[in-house]
Amino acid sequence: MRILTYIRQVLDAEESVHIANNAVALENSKLVMDTMDEYGVEEALRLRESGIEAEVIAIAVGPARVQDALRTALAMGADRAIHVETDVRLDAIALSKVLAQLARQEEATLILSGGQQADWDSHALAAATAERLNWPQVTWTSALALAGTTLTGKHDADEGSESFTLELPAVVTTQQGLNEPRYPTLPNIMKSKKKELRKESLDQFDAAPKLKFVSAEIQVKNRLNKILDGKDAPAAAAQLVDLLRNEARVIA
Amino acid sequence: MILVVVEYVNGKVSKSTWEMITAARESGREAPVTALVLGSNIAAIAAEIAKAVDQVLVADLPALAQYDPELWSAAVAQIATEGEASLVLIGGSRSGREYSPRVAIKLDAPLLEDVITLKATGDTITAQHYTFLARVTETIETTTPIAVVTVKPGVFNPATPKAEAAEQFDVDLNLPTPRLKVTGKTAERSSRISLAEAEIVVSGGRGVGSAEGFTQYVEALADQLGAAVGATRAIVDAGWRPYSEQVGQTGKTVQPKTYIAIGISGAVQHLSGMNKSKTIVAINRDAEAPIFKIADYGIIGDVTQLVPAILNELKK
Ligand SMILES: Cc1cc2nc3c(=O)[nH]c(=O)nc-3n(C[C@H](O)[C@H](O)[C@H](O)COP(=O)(O)OP(=O)(O)OC[C@H]3O[C@@H](n4cnc5c(N)ncnc54)[C@H](O)[C@@H]3O)c2cc1C
Ligand SMILES: Nc1ncnc2c1ncn2[C@@H]1O[C@H](COP(=O)(O)O)[C@@H](O)[C@H]1O
Repeated sequence: MRILTYIRQVLDAEESVHIANNAVALENSKLVMDTMDEYGVEEALRLRESGIEAEVIAIAVGPARVQDALRTALAMGADRAIHVETDVRLDAIALSKVLAQLARQEEATLILSGGQQADWDSHALAAATAERLNWPQVTWTSALALAGTTLTGKHDADEGSESFTLELPAVVTTQQGLNEPRYPTLPNIMKSKKKELRKESLDQFDAAPKLKFVSAEIQVKNRLNKILDGKDAPAAAAQLVDLLRNEARVIA
Repeated sequence: MILVVVEYVNGKVSKSTWEMITAARESGREAPVTALVLGSNIAAIAAEIAKAVDQVLVADLPALAQYDPELWSAAVAQIATEGEASLVLIGGSRSGREYSPRVAIKLDAPLLEDVITLKATGDTITAQHYTFLARVTETIETTTPIAVVTVKPGVFNPATPKAEAAEQFDVDLNLPTPRLKVTGKTAERSSRISLAEAEIVVSGGRGVGSAEGFTQYVEALADQLGAAVGATRAIVDAGWRPYSEQVGQTGKTVQPKTYIAIGISGAVQHLSGMNKSKTIVAINRDAEAPIFKIADYGIIGDVTQLVPAILNELKK
């Protein structure tokens, strides 16, 4: 079988966000593979290592720099990578067109991607791709196992979690808790340099964005930052309760 | 029509639905606001929401007893097509954000996710939503006769019910057979006040020490204040608290009047679920904990001493 893992390159969680020209500027920031997507790469590798005959293909869409994230996926152990190169920002509905077509071309039967994108905060790619392929989907998985073409596992729902079974082909979203992503080792990094990283142009996919991104701003809510020293616990507690009651007026 | 897909829980229309009615009425698209109720044994839900909208469409079917993304998206897309909807509003819940992309693809419509504002002028729709783990507010635009929109909970003012009820119509649906088979559920709904609807949320992190510490400090303070309780991913993963209480990127987003963080460091993934709270209060023994950067009030000190002292003070 072929497993596609879709990955994004995003701002490192520890970095602060900067805005320039009405958009978030990433040029001078540390960029990493989206953590949510790392769980997907790791899970694909684990499925392969569990004895299933599988080829793991990492896919990324974006400017030349996203190749760094693909290189990380290859160094973790993905077999090959596809980079659809574009400077155009695609919303999830447009992006799903690319991913669905690649899934068809590659005759994939399982697509993994992160539950939420750490850049656009979107949840939509997996379901949109599944719909285009007429495949089922399962989101926010926290455990996965594959026997033949039957996928079983656990995933988070609105309230609580559910166990499920699902027949492949399917689209699955991943999240923290599913596994512990491995770090690329030096030998694997060396080996990955020989792996195929194929470039495709966006044109062939006919994927025009459905949304126009007008502006971005950081709305800093000014916080009072009244931080008390708690060494004298009763005194600090009394002062805090007084502030909450009489200044903020948020408690009775 | 403007189609609003009704969210409900425990036999009651959710606050998020009343908020979507306001978003629909203020959207600038001139069309009757139509509520769509999907489920089984939902007469009471339909009757409740009839007091807020111009008409109610009801699909009360055994096949809809359990939410499924393929069922829900098929139903919503069919009704939106038949009713020539100009806007389809879906809740920004986990399930709403899961099935809405399928609706958008079926309708060949754009999807605006988790919006906090929504304004249509002619065919152009402008909306805002948060990006970069809720640190950035982005404005998006699309020109379209029909759009699918998920509405962030806790942002729009809930609509108030009217005295007279709108007419209800039963609808026929062509439903697919669900392919995801749910084989078991971990019911985690607590008897506590719901996180999404509470004015005050008291949350605990690893700093409460243990599951017992959570009860002793966080739940006790929540009880005293009539608040909902929340938790960090770290303690949900540790099994101290159920997942349904988790706040953050992979949990719930809350926006209460007051958020009290007890023994929480303030990782970005946690902040993204609560940083829009009106007043933030933090207790942490580490003065450098990032939670203090977004706190209005806080105490640097030990949870085990401070929370009992606060409880003591509140009871005075
Ligand atoms: C993809 C991804 C998604 C994630 N999603 C979420 C999410 O949805 N929600 C979430 O919460 N996290 C999420 N996380 C995890 C997040 O990064 C943090 O690990 C987590 O929020 C930390 O939880 P914590 O604050 O309870 O623990 P810690 O970071 O360990 O903080 C504990 C704090 O308690 C303080 N403390 C300890 N003892 C005491 C004491 N006696 N008195 C006072 N203070 C004390 C310490 O100073 C410390 O600041 C996610 C991570 C990833 C990678
Ligand atoms: N990039 C990151 N930013 C914030 N938290 C992370 C990141 N990566 C891992 N974590 C989480 O932080 C917590 C502590 O991780 P560690 O310090 O590795 O024990 C765990 O819940 C990790 O999953």
